[in-house]
Amino acid sequence: MIAPLSLAIWTPILFSIILIGLGGLLPKKLGPNLALLGGFVSFIITIPVLIEFNYISPLFQFQEFHHWILPYRINYHLGVDGFSVPLILLTSFMTMIVIFLTQDTNIKNLNYYHGAFLMMSGLMIGVFSSLDVILYYIFWEAMLIPMFLIIGVWGGPNRIYATIKFFLYTVLGSLLMLVAFIYLFFEAGSFSLIDYYHLPLSLPIQIFLFVAFFMAFAVKIPMWPVHTWLPDAHVEAPTGGSVILAAIMLKLGGYSFLRFALPITPDAVSFLQPALIVISLIAIVYIAIIAMAQKDMKKLIAYSSISHMGFVTLGIFLLTPMSVEGAYVQMISHGFISAALFISIGILYDQTHTREIQNYGGVINKMPLFSALVVFFAMANSGLPGTSGFVGEFMVIMAAAQENFWIALTAAMTLLLGAAYSLWMVKRVFYGEAKSKVVLKLKEINFKQTFVLVSLALLILILGLFPFLITDITNTTAENFIQFMNRSKFPIL
Amino acid sequence: MQLIHVFSIAPFATLFASIIVGLFGKKCPKVFSYALTTLGVGIAFLISIYTLYITSHGFHGEFTLYQWLATGSYNFEIGFMIDNLTALMMVIVTFVSLMVHIYSIGYMKQDSGFSRFFSYISLFTFAMLMLVMSNNFLQLFFGWEGVGLVSYLLIGFWYKKPTAIHANLKAFLVNRVGDIGLLMGVGLILFWFGSLDYQTVFDRSVSLGNQSIFLFGDSAVSLLSVICILLFIGAMGKSAQIPLHVWLPDSMEGPTPISALIHAATMVTAGIFMVSRLSPLFELSDTALSFITIIGASTAILMGIMGVVQNDIKRVIAYSTLSQLGFMTVALGVSAYSVAIFHLMTHAFFKALLFLAAGSVIIGMHHDQDIRHMGNIKKYMPITWITFLLGSLALIGTPFFSGFYSKEMIIEATKYSQIFGSGFAYWMLIFGVFFTALYSTRLYLMVFHGTEKWRTLKLRNTHHGLNSQQSPHESPWVITLPLILLTIPSVIIGYLSIDTILFSDFFTTSIFINDEIHKNFSQINNHFSSPIKTGLHGFLTLPFFFMMLGIIVAWFVNSQMFKSNITPKFVSFISKILEKGYGFDTLNEKYFARWLRVAGNFLWLRIDLNLIDRYLVNGPAYLINRLAFKLKSLQSGYIYHYAFIMIIGLFLLMTFFIKL
Repeated sequence: MIAPLSLAIWTPILFSIILIGLGGLLPKKLGPNLALLGGFVSFIITIPVLIEFNYISPLFQFQEFHHWILPYRINYHLGVDGFSVPLILLTSFMTMIVIFLTQDTNIKNLNYYHGAFLMMSGLMIGVFSSLDVILYYIFWEAMLIPMFLIIGVWGGPNRIYATIKFFLYTVLGSLLMLVAFIYLFFEAGSFSLIDYYHLPLSLPIQIFLFVAFFMAFAVKIPMWPVHTWLPDAHVEAPTGGSVILAAIMLKLGGYSFLRFALPITPDAVSFLQPALIVISLIAIVYIAIIAMAQKDMKKLIAYSSISHMGFVTLGIFLLTPMSVEGAYVQMISHGFISAALFISIGILYDQTHTREIQNYGGVINKMPLFSALVVFFAMANSGLPGTSGFVGEFMVIMAAAQENFWIALTAAMTLLLGAAYSLWMVKRVFYGEAKSKVVLKLKEINFKQTFVLVSLALLILILGLFPFLITDITNTTAENFIQFMNRSKFPIL
Repeated sequence: MQLIHVFSIAPFATLFASIIVGLFGKKCPKVFSYALTTLGVGIAFLISIYTLYITSHGFHGEFTLYQWLATGSYNFEIGFMIDNLTALMMVIVTFVSLMVHIYSIGYMKQDSGFSRFFSYISLFTFAMLMLVMSNNFLQLFFGWEGVGLVSYLLIGFWYKKPTAIHANLKAFLVNRVGDIGLLMGVGLILFWFGSLDYQTVFDRSVSLGNQSIFLFGDSAVSLLSVICILLFIGAMGKSAQIPLHVWLPDSMEGPTPISALIHAATMVTAGIFMVSRLSPLFELSDTALSFITIIGASTAILMGIMGVVQNDIKRVIAYSTLSQLGFMTVALGVSAYSVAIFHLMTHAFFKALLFLAAGSVIIGMHHDQDIRHMGNIKKYMPITWITFLLGSLALIGTPFFSGFYSKEMIIEATKYSQIFGSGFAYWMLIFGVFFTALYSTRLYLMVFHGTEKWRTLKLRNTHHGLNSQQSPHESPWVITLPLILLTIPSVIIGYLSIDTILFSDFFTTSIFINDEIHKNFSQINNHFSSPIKTGLHGFLTLPFFFMMLGIIVAWFVNSQMFKSNITPKFVSFISKILEKGYGFDTLNEKYFARWLRVAGNFLWLRIDLNLIDRYLVNGPAYLINRLAFKLKSLQSGYIYHYAFIMIIGLFLLMTFFIKL
């Protein structure tokens, strides 16, 4: 196939343009079906990227190179390695799921809604496959607009505050990243990422650059203490928005650390490593304790996401092959688990219009199948072996034990805390007698919702039992990455 | 067919049955659910028997099922280690599980969650088999958490009961505390040994015997002691040792068959099994062994005392289980691993029997579990009565019964042990025997003898229990058959197998004892001649006197009670402590859990919302807003304002340049 990456990026965007352009004109049935077709085709089109991908090559594959803005040597340069491929598939898959789930709901202006998701999907795949930093930056910033609209137009009552907060937080970080790119352009003479990998830089410069990158990516993941936009954004976002936000958008931060910040400034990372590890540990423990105090289910899962992302950053900054791959598995796994939990909460919210834990109790009496699935997802969220939630945490904790016993022990507290907030919520919402009015009115999930939740459960199980399906893809890239990180980039005097 | 496929049939037959029944059981007739799962576990039982047969004839092997994950220089695999220890555990697990399957057909007959129940217990059998068959720490952890999951689901089986859903959350979380220890131990093993395979780790353990690590600043501690204590913390969670025992009494909220299977015979002994399996590591750390001995002895005595003051038939047996687990733990601590496994086996049979018989009584009493409402049940339920009596005799250690041999050997091994804490442990076990006899006799007399107290109750529970006209009936054969089948090994297995299991080379390939330092086990070996002599000698030993003392005290107090109609009262101070279970629950719930919630609220409201959000995030926005508001007045739109500013500006500029 020619240019699989370009196809993966532009197919959903094309569908999105059709949907948004003709949004008001399309017949009632056609619009949602077209959107589903778009989601489906966009997913199918990413599969060759996985199949044709050469697992053992450390090079960027499926490269596409076209000159774009010549005077500034900005190129349309795409390529993927083991860190990109699983995330690209996750993106197109989750977008398809979201469209499938919302296809026959009565969300107003549904065509525009679907259009925004398809647009975002294409742009995010663009982020995962750009090798030119300006191209990357454009995708990175453009992606904010559909998400901004999804929360701002289709969101909850306090959506304006949440969107502004989300937008300003992210833009603040991104601008510093742009400054870093411009500095690097003057040093290297191009905007090519691969040139930056081999650019010698002194330690102070590296630290400045790293801090600039850090501001952009740490907000995105998010890391403590720049995480406070996430709970607000999640609570106000519609279910689909939450799913994409948690499943993919957070991973852009982790991916970008691996792709940009670390290889460009390896010495700064080893210099700042202790501080970065401490921040990650704070995220894991502090946020988990906060999650326990939440009264709103969606906020609880939002905080749980931040805590799980703490494992991603911890794994990345421990800088061993096992920890980095653990962080990576954790990203993919969290994509499925958090998506499943947000979809589940959305299902309850659609029927009851409340997310307060205290309004529930005994849901299992009304929705036994749904409750069984949620108990499974909650178990996965608390890292039960056999589910994908365990794999990443296990690998990161094992890697941490090699660095320092106390780091590992602090990280391992999540075994207790994660189970405590997840299962305590399950206890209060799902178990017990069905007493409250909202619960008595609940109906069991329909076939479509069952299908989606069961597929996600199976994926979580498969990745938990056969995690080599992911790590085989990332092995070569991760080892290559660690070797690269161990080389100093100081200029030779 | 290769051997590995034969072995894999055992766990996967139960998994398959569990999945099928879990998915389709609800829509099919009940016979489908129980027949399929019972068939699955029956197949597993036959395979286990076969496995034990070939391993006892010298077979020993390791197999890899598949590679779970490879990263960096590490490989994680799923596989089996088949030797006598594994095979014996497989037989115990599948036999008790089979009995519980049959029993549950009758016990759960009326329950709406019938197929769900069978799906769960089959899944449990799968997880437990994977745990005991594992050849590496990773799979051990898988099975470990897997049985924890099923235990969680089954304790909360009746999810409408507030006490049940409280108990299952508690059980899972307390176990997770232990699991942190286990996982940290595994982490250190992976780092220092470079592998998680048992055999590789054992091979390298001797060379790391004197390795020190620095955990607390500059003070070096022995690596193996740290690892062993961490691993044992995991065992303390699962095998309910003080202070992580608090979940087990509450777990009695689950259906009685699972109390027999999970919370008496199999899952709670996983910790005992693990330490025995890892004996080559534990043998290298006397510190860890002392720690184990002291924890075990404390559990044995303190939980035994608790058994005396309980009035719920299941809770008495639950505390008895805790106390007996303490006995096994002491055996581990004094390096008598095979004795611990031996007691694990005999205990699995007689404790499963006691729980199932108690379940039979509970059905007879229409789900009234209070022993103060029972009495003279022997008249109505003869099979239950006889089997319960034989089970109790085995538990208290009557000579020639199975429990006698295992308990006697533990006490002997402790007596000869040189390890720090074994002297303390010896006396705690002796007193433990006294209390075992005391609570067992009290329970037995209150339930099966005396007057029929439910007929004269003043306060009657409206939901459960018999009314004064009704009488209990003997349970159907699906319930009594497992009781009879469990009674047989409870009585004779000790006599039959002590020679083979303890004093032949049965465990030499599985269990390692450092004979040069820990001589106590070989000393008992030298004393031992035959099971008959040991049995006869048993009438003359100190434990026997303490046992008789316990029986007499119980009988005396019980007969007094009938006259004055009061419950036995200790000194009020002690009884207050015992009522609160030594205050462990208070500590956990009133202080620890509450403190965590307070911390959560503080961090969320004060730090996250107030400090970060209000001052650092919204603060600048607010400031800019205010500043813009002030600056706005500069752009008033009046020409004379602008003209005035221009002139002032010009004036300032001019003065500036003129100065130059």
